[in-house]
Amino acid sequence: MSTLRTTRPIGPLVIDIDGVVKLYQMGTETIHALRGISLKIHRNEYLAIMGPSGSGKSTLMNMLGCLDTPTAGRYEFNGKNVAAMVDDELADIRNREIGFVFQTFNLLPRSDALRNVELPLIYAGIPSDQRRERAQQVLEEVGLGNRMHHKPNELSGGQRQRVAIARALVNKPSIILADEPTGNLDSQTGIEIMALFEELYKLGNTIIVVTHEEDIARHARRVVRLRDGLIESDGSVS
Amino acid sequence: MNTFYYEFRESVRIAFAQITAHKMRSVLTALGVIIGIVAVTLMGMAITGMDTSFESSLAMLGDDVIYVQKWPWGPVVDWWNYTNRPPLQPIVATELNKLIEAAPSTLLDVAVPVRVRSGTVKRGDNSVGGVYMAGTSGDYGRIITADFREGRLFTETEAESACAVCVLGCDVADALFTNVPAVGQTIQVRGYPFQVIGVLARQGSFLGLFSFDTQMILPIKAFEKDFGGKNIGAEIRVKVKDKKRLEEAKEELIGLMRRVRGQLPGESDNFSINGEEAFKEQLDPVKKGIAIAGLFVTGLALFVGAIGIMNITFVSVKERTKEIGTRKALGAKRRTILLQFLIESISVSVIGGIVGIILSSSLCLLIGHIFPKLPISFSPVLVVVSLLVSAGTGIVAGFAPAWGASRLDPVVALRYE
Repeated sequence: MSTLRTTRPIGPLVIDIDGVVKLYQMGTETIHALRGISLKIHRNEYLAIMGPSGSGKSTLMNMLGCLDTPTAGRYEFNGKNVAAMVDDELADIRNREIGFVFQTFNLLPRSDALRNVELPLIYAGIPSDQRRERAQQVLEEVGLGNRMHHKPNELSGGQRQRVAIARALVNKPSIILADEPTGNLDSQTGIEIMALFEELYKLGNTIIVVTHEEDIARHARRVVRLRDGLIESDGSVS
Repeated sequence: MNTFYYEFRESVRIAFAQITAHKMRSVLTALGVIIGIVAVTLMGMAITGMDTSFESSLAMLGDDVIYVQKWPWGPVVDWWNYTNRPPLQPIVATELNKLIEAAPSTLLDVAVPVRVRSGTVKRGDNSVGGVYMAGTSGDYGRIITADFREGRLFTETEAESACAVCVLGCDVADALFTNVPAVGQTIQVRGYPFQVIGVLARQGSFLGLFSFDTQMILPIKAFEKDFGGKNIGAEIRVKVKDKKRLEEAKEELIGLMRRVRGQLPGESDNFSINGEEAFKEQLDPVKKGIAIAGLFVTGLALFVGAIGIMNITFVSVKERTKEIGTRKALGAKRRTILLQFLIESISVSVIGGIVGIILSSSLCLLIGHIFPKLPISFSPVLVVVSLLVSAGTGIVAGFAPAWGASRLDPVVALRYE
């Protein structure tokens, strides 16, 4: 790791979770995915959420990403009560406040890089000339200024993930939520992507990475470990 | 509102990208709609064509002419009430004309007596059978709807003096006189000679049943002299001045007829007033029946096309579950997803509709070219209607799958492989 490790002072509270419980009904069985989680995340944090499979890590990520609402407990995002929101309100929060980065990139196969990055802006109702300008700018920031009109199948894995990161950044969200962002990449490309996250963090973005790899988690400044639907540990990494 | 517009544009773009990405699938799906639209529009054309030919047939009868006869047109159950009515004689027409002339504000124009029989017309060795022979007065020219191809009608004087002259329908004239003009020649009916003084222009047939071109018109006095039939009776055709006031004219005519017949108040009419609407009354239910049955059967073809679209939209939603999840994660609302898939199904359907209209209009032209007699006609209204129908088909067919897609749970959709 050649980059100098600096930790930025944390900003105002973004995510405030208190005693969140999530139950799933699987046939006749009730699964306790989350058994009472409390977590506060501030602006300018770089957080890793870790845990083995079945620990509730994915459920917590869906909750943080406003894809799902808790069965019980309190969840406030920038002071707004997410737990009580309906589908379309959640969609709005996701659109404006959260930038998703997926393990499988989830780019639209038939659209070029620029169109993929523009997509969240369409849902936000931004006029097309502003969309284009903003998308181009972000693609340049992630180092793809010369790949804007390539379709996903014309890009390498690392480039695809960069497009996905640009798409996550384009709406200037409060948090970037990355789910195993290097899971589908070779280790060298994975290192490059993590370097990009480091850079984005230094530029003032709030980043949450969900992973089961210690190597990846080590990039974060704070690591939350889950086990059996509960927080096992929560501490800063030096 | 802007958001909606951008989403709409994006949806249209995606729809066309999808259609071009799955060409074979789109073509096959559209084919269902194409067949449906072709079937429905051709049926629509046939129905409009039928209507038009029906209307023009009725116009041949004269839409401003009332027929006074012993029997009504249309089915009669209580025949015993009609059979003993006195036959109508040409004198009735004369009496009516006197009354019409005496009434200053009458709605009636003129009454013309017509005697009718069927017979064979000969010229040398040539003969034409089944000719509709009408003996009438010189006023017949005022109610006739046909034009003269050559010659003229007999005059009042010729009619009164029972001159042996006649006017032929064009088919009769063409059959008897192949190389020479008919006017001036002589023909024979039952051995009696008649001089041809006019030939009518082609009129066509009435509902394809009865041809107006195989008739022969002669003075009623000559008719009576040579063919007799005085006890059978005639019919009286009365022309009205204003066809928009046909009902009032009928009332007036009934009054005049009762006076001519010397009927007492309370006595029921001993004659029938007939008009083209009697045909309409009988044929309208038939026409409606054909239209409903035809559109129902062809509509089934369109329905099958709609099921095809519904099926393919379900497949499309299933295939793109993960994409739906991604879009939802990026902030797509329910209506965004609903709109996207609806526009896709509507696009396929409308494209099918347009191709269908092009096909059926060229088919219509082709049919019209090969079988000019077939009553089929193409109308711009039909284009608009078929476009609306195909768009509606797209909405109906696409709604269930699109609704399902819009309600997908983003967590489940994102996990879908």
